[in-house]
Amino acid sequence: MIGKAPLSYMADGGSRSALALQSLAWGFTAISVAVIIIIAVLIALAIRRSRARAKTALLQDVARDGDGLALIWWGVGLSLPVLVAMAIWNFLTTRLLAEQPSDPALTVQVTGHRWWWDIRYQLDGLEIATANELVIPVGTPVLLQLSSGDVIHDFWVPKLGPKMDMIPGRTNQTWLQADVAGTYLGQCAEYCGLEHARMAFTVHAVPPGQFREWVAREVLPAAGTTAAFDNAAPSNAAAASQSSTPASENPDALLAAQTAQALFESRCGACHTARGTAAGGIIGPDLTHFASRRTIAAGWMPNTPANLDRWLTNPQAIKPGVDMPRVQLTPNERKRIVTWLEGLE
Amino acid sequence: MSTAYDDAATQLGRAHSAEPVDQREPASPIPAEIAQTLELAWAEAAGLKGWLGSVDHKVIGIRYLVTAFAFLVIGGLEALTMRVQLAGPNSDLLSPEQYNQLFSMHGVTMIFLYALPILSGFSNYLWPLMLGNRDMAFPRLNALSYWLFLAAGAFLYVSFPLGAAPNSGWFDYVPQASAEFNPGPNIDVYCAGLIFLGISTTVGSANFIVTLLRMRAPGMSINRLPIIVWGTLTASVANLFAIPAVSLACLMLFMDRNLGTHFFEIGGGGQPLLWQHLFWMFGHPWVYAIVLPAMGMVSDALPVHCRRPLVGYTLVAMATVATMVVGFGVWVHHMFATGLPTLAMSFFSAASFVIAIPSAISVFAWIATIGTGRARITTPFLFFTSVILLFVIGGVSGVMTASLALDWQLTDTYFVVAHLHYVLIGINLFAVVGAIYHWFPKMTGRMMDERTGKWIFALMFSGFNIAFLPMHLLGLLGMPRRVYTYGAGMGFSGTNLVITIGAFLFALALLWFFIEIARARVSGRFAGPNPWDGPTLEWATTSPPPVYNFGIIPLVASRHPLWEERLDESNSDRSLFAEGFLLDRDKETIAVTPLDGEPDVILKMPCDSWLPAALALALLVLFGGMLLMSPWIGGVGLLGVLVILALWFQPHSAPADEEEVRVYG
Repeated sequence: MIGKAPLSYMADGGSRSALALQSLAWGFTAISVAVIIIIAVLIALAIRRSRARAKTALLQDVARDGDGLALIWWGVGLSLPVLVAMAIWNFLTTRLLAEQPSDPALTVQVTGHRWWWDIRYQLDGLEIATANELVIPVGTPVLLQLSSGDVIHDFWVPKLGPKMDMIPGRTNQTWLQADVAGTYLGQCAEYCGLEHARMAFTVHAVPPGQFREWVAREVLPAAGTTAAFDNAAPSNAAAASQSSTPASENPDALLAAQTAQALFESRCGACHTARGTAAGGIIGPDLTHFASRRTIAAGWMPNTPANLDRWLTNPQAIKPGVDMPRVQLTPNERKRIVTWLEGLE
Repeated sequence: MSTAYDDAATQLGRAHSAEPVDQREPASPIPAEIAQTLELAWAEAAGLKGWLGSVDHKVIGIRYLVTAFAFLVIGGLEALTMRVQLAGPNSDLLSPEQYNQLFSMHGVTMIFLYALPILSGFSNYLWPLMLGNRDMAFPRLNALSYWLFLAAGAFLYVSFPLGAAPNSGWFDYVPQASAEFNPGPNIDVYCAGLIFLGISTTVGSANFIVTLLRMRAPGMSINRLPIIVWGTLTASVANLFAIPAVSLACLMLFMDRNLGTHFFEIGGGGQPLLWQHLFWMFGHPWVYAIVLPAMGMVSDALPVHCRRPLVGYTLVAMATVATMVVGFGVWVHHMFATGLPTLAMSFFSAASFVIAIPSAISVFAWIATIGTGRARITTPFLFFTSVILLFVIGGVSGVMTASLALDWQLTDTYFVVAHLHYVLIGINLFAVVGAIYHWFPKMTGRMMDERTGKWIFALMFSGFNIAFLPMHLLGLLGMPRRVYTYGAGMGFSGTNLVITIGAFLFALALLWFFIEIARARVSGRFAGPNPWDGPTLEWATTSPPPVYNFGIIPLVASRHPLWEERLDESNSDRSLFAEGFLLDRDKETIAVTPLDGEPDVILKMPCDSWLPAALALALLVLFGGMLLMSPWIGGVGLLGVLVILALWFQPHSAPADEEEVRVYG
């Protein structure tokens, strides 16, 4: 059961911190269960003794049969070392979690918004902006600078370590390290209004080589935009290799892309950015490499053309209260935008 | 001592016997001629005037109990609605906004309008009876405290039918609760309502403290106080220090929202975290305020059913106070994920571990009381004993959340939801239901049925555990709290269904309990003065007690006045019931010195008065004006408040300046 819960911190920890917390959680749970059982047995024994004595007594009898204080002294006296041991274990784990093992090679700013995650990397003067999917290299500590654009949110990836609030007006720093490659689910853990329940994100921990490739791809304007067609230089071949045909050789594709891009710029650009186009809005998630993301609507739905079409038809039907309004688009316009967005590798 | 009690246990099981369970005369006699004089002096006016104006602590206590139970039902219905929504994944029975208002009002209702008021009800009813006096120190203030509670409770629900109830959780974090992100009336109702309710709690607490210091029977020194008195006293002192923090925070938020101040608003240099500090400086002591009096009831009533005095009285009384003292230094453990410095938080983590020690003292004292006693398996015994186990479950999960490191995972998951329900239902509600079974005969003169009582207990205990034990698992599986739904692939579905089923069983048990109260009220077996054969002073008078409680003020010589003969503490004096101060010249009672309980002065007690209810009404208008930002309505309310206060404090003609004490016997 625990293995099947993607948010459980009791199994499959992907980092040293998460494993330390996992042991602490199991250890404390085991001690707690033991204490409960011991007390339950003591209560049962006490009742049995009490009933046995009651049988031989008149009901109106009251008496002090022994002062009973010994149980308090023994009980508290034996609980105390256990409590102290638990406190020490707690503090050792706290130190392990709080101390960063080495200087972080990478700094990522994550900003919580109602109800999505803005993710920005600063890499040698280059900025990568993305949303709802945090890609990190395995085995290196990543410094996280957490803040909020509106209300308090909380950054929590249970299988990678502790949670940390994202408070407007403050930047909380914490660090994150994945030791096992994989995809980890994250979730907002501080009540933030209507769609708190559907404010999820994912962390993709990938081998360092793959991470460098991802970075090289991400710094570019998205393939599929007119800018990408212009830039289709050999150095970008790796990044653009996903697109099947080099679009510059296909005038029809270029024309379709230009029309869809213009539509996107005029209808979506006030809120969304797609680098390489005139769409530079900063209210909603950056969509530059939209097609490379696996989910939409903050981890709520798989990123498929059908889901994107549903989302664009009426976001309020899927996440009631979300800031994105219902944009008036004809089915044809919607289809074009969907096709275009799903081409932004 | 009569032997009619001998087969009380068998009699208890037999309903509708004509004879009362306890056929003895009350230990504190009320000779007919005295009864008549006292009745004249103390009786309240007939009709609506007497009903609205009652200042009798027993009437007020029962009103508190009834009103708090009504709020329990409302909060329970809210909970059941949420449980239906959460029974399966991706449910859309409720919209997110509806869910958010329901969970917020569920928390506000249970924590503010049920948990403390229900204990105030018991304390109000029981204190003067247990302390051997005729009323609380300030009877009109007592009535005011109740009317304010009722008015503030209604006020907090004023926007609920409009679909604009408070919707940012019971701890109402900013900026989620700020005007920018929550522009409706929802949070204004919360802020004004909590300030309003704070007045009720404050005047009530002050009354308890003065009552403890002064309004006891001669000889009731502080080492003879029942533990519930220690519990309520501790809670009351704590409230006087804690309530200002939340009232201030609410006022600041109200001003941020409506008058353009910037206490919590970053744009103006404010700090959202300030709210959390102020709220939890109040919130954590409050958590102890809503369990310590309940633990006191267990400490007082469980020993009666174990046929022996409480083991470790002094330790338990000291543990009660110690819990609260440490409880003022742990508020940051609600804020472990806010990014405060780790070293600073470590101190709060350590202090939170320390709380386990006084809690352990109470637990082992109760177990020792059972083990060295002669337990009768009565319904109250079952409820009180279950409190021990539920308290331990809530206690160890509390130790887990006290751990700074582990709390970084646990906080804001269902583990915390499970923990707080074990504490609040386990220690508060189970103790309250046990206490109703225990003191209902005193309040009404009739017994509740023992046989159904055991079934109700079985259903309530199993329903509760089926509902809340699996919540720990949900928390460990990572389910965040305050989510209106969850996905099918999260691994939460089966557990949530079990929880919903348990919640309905638990609710069914409560419904049965209320039906049983109604039945017993009308046709329960007559109780007699002391059906459980308890040792404390409330059992020395008739059931229900006369309006003046005791015809002759008792003279107390020990902690267990009604068990003295049998405990045979031969070196001590005996308490006196048949001789003592009479105080029958007018509506009078006695005040004692604070520590030793020596008789000190005679108090002239106020008669029934419409002022408390009127003041509550005027304050309701004032707060209504505040909510509507209407100077006119607010002005009318304020004027009303001032006029009523002037009448309240107008000097009255000096009573007969000579104090004459008549001693009976």
